[in-house]
Amino acid sequence: MNTRMGKQTVLFGKMPYMAAAAAIVGPYEGDGPLGNSFDKIIPNDDNGEKSWEKAETKLMKDTYQLLLQKGSTTENDIDYVIAGDLLNQNIASSYAFRGCEMSYLGIYGACSTFGESIGIASMIMAGDFAKQIICIASSHFCSAERQYRYPLEFAAQRTPTAQWTVTGCGGVLLQKEGTGPMVESFTAGRIIDQGLKDANNMGAAMAPAAADTIATHLMDTGRKPNDYDMIVTGDLGAVGTDICRDLLSQYGFDVYGIHNDCGLLMYDRNKQDAHAGGSGCGCSASVFSAYLYPKLQSRELTRILFVPTGALLSPTIIQQGESIACIAHAVGIAG
Amino acid sequence: MGDKLLNAFVTGGVLCVIAQILVDKTKLTSARIMVMYVTLGVLLGGIGIYQKLVDFGGAGATVPLMGFGYNLAKGVMKEVDQNGLLGAFTGGIKSAAGGITAAIFFGYIASLIAKSKGRR
Amino acid sequence: MQKLYNSKEYQKYVDKKSPNSKLGLNMLKAFLTGGTICVIGQLLTNYFNSRDLDQIDAATLTSMCLILFSVILTALDLYFYIGKFGGAGASIPITGFANSIVSPAMEFKTEGYVMGVGAKMFLIAGPVLVYGISSSVLLGLIYYIVK
Repeated sequence: MNTRMGKQTVLFGKMPYMAAAAAIVGPYEGDGPLGNSFDKIIPNDDNGEKSWEKAETKLMKDTYQLLLQKGSTTENDIDYVIAGDLLNQNIASSYAFRGCEMSYLGIYGACSTFGESIGIASMIMAGDFAKQIICIASSHFCSAERQYRYPLEFAAQRTPTAQWTVTGCGGVLLQKEGTGPMVESFTAGRIIDQGLKDANNMGAAMAPAAADTIATHLMDTGRKPNDYDMIVTGDLGAVGTDICRDLLSQYGFDVYGIHNDCGLLMYDRNKQDAHAGGSGCGCSASVFSAYLYPKLQSRELTRILFVPTGALLSPTIIQQGESIACIAHAVGIAG
Repeated sequence: MGDKLLNAFVTGGVLCVIAQILVDKTKLTSARIMVMYVTLGVLLGGIGIYQKLVDFGGAGATVPLMGFGYNLAKGVMKEVDQNGLLGAFTGGIKSAAGGITAAIFFGYIASLIAKSKGRR
Repeated sequence: MQKLYNSKEYQKYVDKKSPNSKLGLNMLKAFLTGGTICVIGQLLTNYFNSRDLDQIDAATLTSMCLILFSVILTALDLYFYIGKFGGAGASIPITGFANSIVSPAMEFKTEGYVMGVGAKMFLIAGPVLVYGISSSVLLGLIYYIVK
């Protein structure tokens, strides 16, 4: 039976299956420690297209096609696709699915989008409204830079706390009947703003949101951190990870040794110049699809809490002097 | 001759180091610091201090953006001397015309030929 | 969950947790980069002076040459790396000003030559011109009155 537990958590009675997962990333991500795990690495950031936005759109389109193939299903059998990215008006997603047959829901949760997508999809499925849903999210370093920061050729130094937007797309196919890892629970986050204004230190801004959602999830379900093999946040990076673990221990939850972060898993920070680590919707989406999903499938991991984190800022609102509003969604997944 | 080069090196280097400290120690973006430097250059040029730095450092003082401001100031004062009040409006850009026009024109040509590369 | 810190406390806590820039190293690199660009400028000025050009024309030609170098390096995707190494040493000289004009022009080319290249060219350099020119007019007015 579907139940709502505590303040923000839902438990699924009939758990949706994750039948397949796919991830395509950029060359820089391909050079990282997870390089061999991804389904495909595009040779150039431009992905054979004329603009960065079109390159990202194609990235999502190709990941989607690959996902259909890996899930041995066809477009006509998909009931919904729930997609999102970082670009203004979510255009990478909307244009990737332009011309497709199934219902499309575009969502924006900044870098937490993938978690939001899986959560919404699972609830739709739990409500018996769909048999197959695709959850997908992407980001692209170049399209994000020109929207959020400076032109690519502008000679500016990054601060050590700055993060590197992942060029990548990841997606999962949820099925009502089937096999594979299952979505057991979903804790939708609330918006947390601790008053930070430095857009070059997003990890520190998002850490309280991640800690809040994780702590709420554990309180709501009455679980302990070590009920999970891994608690993995989306893109806190080095600074945010440190803070998140510390905040959780102040809440009374010891996650040291259990917690990991997709932004840290993505790059080799000793060899690659990614500063505090990866970020972007594509970060958690591609790391989950290429690295965590296979481990769940082989039951090397039996239960994880996947917590994509997002900074809901825009350059406009930051220029107007506002602080950074953040969110994190937790998805409990059993292998 | 060698002295001139050394002076230019030190003067330019120091002006850049000050900007670097501002970048690292405050949350000022490089765009803001560029604005600060030009405005400061106009101010220091106006009160005559910057001329001393130019006399010492040569290109080390004129090449950084403060030198751009100094150039605007020098142009404006010269023009006011010659043409009165109108000079306040014509002098600045006149003296900086070569640089601004070169940046716009060369920049435009470059944009026709080249496009941004992705980062590796 | 209860918030553990108020905004001020959290900012302090974050400052403690966040790594600082390597200031000493960055300063050295800025010094070397900025200094080198200025030496190139001085060499150009010396050359133009030796060709019997007056002081003002020599300075203008020096600026124009440096701008041209910077534009070429930016177009070849090289000035970015100078900036990454030199920080303010690459952005404070006139070459940085030129880079700030070419880089958006190249970047926003995809949105067309009028609203892309034409309009976005001044994304970063615009404020420099606005404040530079406006303050020079102010200076001119004050100078006119005081003189």
